[in-house]
Amino acid sequence: MDPSKSRDSAESTRVIQFPNDVLERILSLIDSHRDRSAVSLVSKAWYNAERWTRRHVFIGNCYAVSPQIVARRFPSIRSVMLKGKPRFSDFNLVPPNWGADVHAWLAVFADQYPLLEELRLKRMTVTDESLKFLARKFQNFKALSLLSCDGFSTDGLEAIATDCRHLTELDIQENGIDDISGNWLSCFPENFTSLEVLNFASLSSDVNFDALERLVSQCKSLKILKVNKNITLEQLQRLLVRAPQLTELGTGSFLQELTAHQYEELERAFIGCKNLHALSGLWEATTQYLPVLYPACTNLTFLNLSYAALQSEELAKLVAHCPHLQRLWVLDTVEDVGLEAVASSCPLLEELRVFPADPYDQDINRGVNESGFLAVSLGCRKLHYVLYFCRKMTNAAVARIVQNCPGFTHFRLCIMKPGQPDSQTNEPMDEGFGAVVKTCTNLRRLGVSGLLTDLTFEYIGQYAKNLETLSVAFAGGSDRGMQCILDGCPKLRKLEIRDSPFGNGALLSGLEKYESMRSLWMSACKVTLHGCQMLATQRPRLNVEVMKDEEMDDGQSYKVYVYRTVAGPRTDAPAFVHR
Amino acid sequence: MSTPLEHDYIGLKETSLMSRSSDKALPSSSSGGDEKKSSLNLRETELRLGLPGSQSPERKQALGVSLFGKDLESKSSVLGFALSPSKSSVSGAKRVFCDAIDGCPSKWVFSASNGKSEVDLAKGGPALLSPRSGKEGDNGVNTLQSCVSKPAMKEALGGVPQSPKPEQEERKNQGAGGSEHGSAPAAKAQVVGWPPIRSFRKNTTASTLAKNCDDAEGKCLYVKVSMDGAPYLRKVDLRTYGSYSELSTALEKMFSCFTIGHCDSHGPLGQESLSESRLADLLNGSEYVLTYEDKDGDWMLVGDVPWEMFTDSCRRLRIMKSSEAIGLAPRATEKCKSRD
Repeated sequence: MDPSKSRDSAESTRVIQFPNDVLERILSLIDSHRDRSAVSLVSKAWYNAERWTRRHVFIGNCYAVSPQIVARRFPSIRSVMLKGKPRFSDFNLVPPNWGADVHAWLAVFADQYPLLEELRLKRMTVTDESLKFLARKFQNFKALSLLSCDGFSTDGLEAIATDCRHLTELDIQENGIDDISGNWLSCFPENFTSLEVLNFASLSSDVNFDALERLVSQCKSLKILKVNKNITLEQLQRLLVRAPQLTELGTGSFLQELTAHQYEELERAFIGCKNLHALSGLWEATTQYLPVLYPACTNLTFLNLSYAALQSEELAKLVAHCPHLQRLWVLDTVEDVGLEAVASSCPLLEELRVFPADPYDQDINRGVNESGFLAVSLGCRKLHYVLYFCRKMTNAAVARIVQNCPGFTHFRLCIMKPGQPDSQTNEPMDEGFGAVVKTCTNLRRLGVSGLLTDLTFEYIGQYAKNLETLSVAFAGGSDRGMQCILDGCPKLRKLEIRDSPFGNGALLSGLEKYESMRSLWMSACKVTLHGCQMLATQRPRLNVEVMKDEEMDDGQSYKVYVYRTVAGPRTDAPAFVHR
Repeated sequence: MSTPLEHDYIGLKETSLMSRSSDKALPSSSSGGDEKKSSLNLRETELRLGLPGSQSPERKQALGVSLFGKDLESKSSVLGFALSPSKSSVSGAKRVFCDAIDGCPSKWVFSASNGKSEVDLAKGGPALLSPRSGKEGDNGVNTLQSCVSKPAMKEALGGVPQSPKPEQEERKNQGAGGSEHGSAPAAKAQVVGWPPIRSFRKNTTASTLAKNCDDAEGKCLYVKVSMDGAPYLRKVDLRTYGSYSELSTALEKMFSCFTIGHCDSHGPLGQESLSESRLADLLNGSEYVLTYEDKDGDWMLVGDVPWEMFTDSCRRLRIMKSSEAIGLAPRATEKCKSRD
């Protein structure tokens, strides 16, 4: 026998017959769910090894799959992330009671994953009953994170605090919550010590400060603490001295009449926070007290000032102390001048988000405009994520910006007045966004705005080969625009469109595409019920949900939500959702 | 769905609103037959609420009428109409004057009472002046300023207030948007869900701003003081005064120079040197009325509330001609002339 041949065949069989436990051991080190999906496609053995070793499952659309299917495939899940409603529900475009109730999932999990430890929900409906159920049924439950959810009240939080003995994380962010009282915080047991993450920044009721102070003193592993507006500076100081190990801090109100002594104490408290790398809150921060932060800013990588209406000088002084800043969120009260200061002080900046302090103010001389963005692109060459709300923009500026920073992965520009042209040339913003997609080859997420013709979409379809998410509003001229996108962007996963003139032709041009995407949303466009029905008939593996657009008087407008699913049409659709 | 318009993106919404507004009666623009009116571009300035057949092309793009004045351009204020009658309280007219106006069929009313200086909206009037947003009552101010800053505009009962240039109308006006149709709040009507900001953030930032606005005037309280007919405004620090009389004296000193000029136009007064008492006469007499805008954006007469309360709530001051305030223009002018 030829030694090399036998060695080859022996080697190849050896690879295939990897002992299962070895394979599983290796695969258990893989975290990324995309990698895991790839792994599961190799062979049946690998598929099985992967499913047995998966501990965390990410479900981007709760209706794409059913809890039973998930439980059947993955027997050992400890951590679940679920996303529910379409993103435009954040902007009130989805009627209430649309669905995405987590309870059906919890019921299955209670059965199949009694040892579930983590649950992270985004845009789901969560009732108090569900929270109580969660607290009761999962003895090992550790981490709860709710972002942009609705349907529950602080009563539900009481159940969590009371019954989850091993809770390490309670993260409540920007939800449509019924804030009855702050009593939930007092429901943590007396000797509770396990908390590592506590975020109640978006709750408005007062919590019992003594209970909070005790909690913070006892939980020595507390790393992330984000309190709400009602916590005063004085109280903050007391918390900080008990938790100098914090890595992320969200302050309460940053406005209070302090005596000189109190001011000093606060300063000292911040000096003691040597591990802070993220800072937020700062509600009502004023020039007077911002300086106490300076000593704590040296290692800051994330600064969230989006609730503090700072002026340009205040921001300039603050960021001068943050040389390592990577992510910055601000309000547009800082104006272009403030952004120029950021450009010179924070060369390592990678992400910038500028929110409008007064979105309905139409004065184009307020807020930020092209010069601020341009300045940041010049000073921060590593910039790759921008969310920018402005009142005017020019194609030339956008082109220069992406020339300075060709590495953009997320480019979300919102010119706040719908359909607004280039403020200098009065032309559409086609060339600007064209420059973005031509230059930024790594672009994964794009949000367009301003006056846009089909040409923009031609550019996007032609050049944005890595684009995964596209948001369109008040743009385009004809079906052709949307068709270009559907024909052109191979990696497109999420497409959301509102108030644009795309009709059935455009909708149906995506017949081949939708099953490779997570979802499509169209509202206030020109699609009709007939078009949707055609789509639904021809693609049975898509759920095509149609809702009458109540805001449009003509009775002909629909909101369409199309998504792929292996779970079939949903059983909990409310009356206003047709299929 | 109409293609994105440069000026109006409400699209279909527009037609329904337009048809609704056409049901409203146009206030009679008799204006007491004020001859000065003809010198203005009536077409542009006339308040039209959709009198059948009177709609001009540019109106199609505007869903309501915005009121502007020249000096408001920088402010870019938008005043749309709330189309719901239930919003008669929107402008927050703190004093109701409609009883002072007899049988006026129009919906636009200027107060007839002496010393009162607000635009009142007749109860139940379907067309309302809505400030741009609840928290920033500036627009209420601006409207009044626009109404009175053109000296020639003498508003009579039921007079048509000055209205803006069409391009401003187009640029800013947005009809009642989305889910707020018919019940557009004090905030100007907006498109649902635009700009795309989460509700939590929207609500929080709004209240933060409002608070900052107030807090910013914590230690010293500089407020703008405008006087009708004066070419520029002044600023005073309310904290430096302890009472109304102190404030009044200070204002007199500040604005005496202007009244000289003004009085000139009324006849042979140039020779008279203006003393404090003269201005005081002006202020205390029927020539001028001192008013202020409070936190809610309403225009109030100075002097009603305790001084402390006044300084807490005052955002700006305005020395208004009582002719504007009274709304009986010809009579007021005559009074002036006769006095002088």
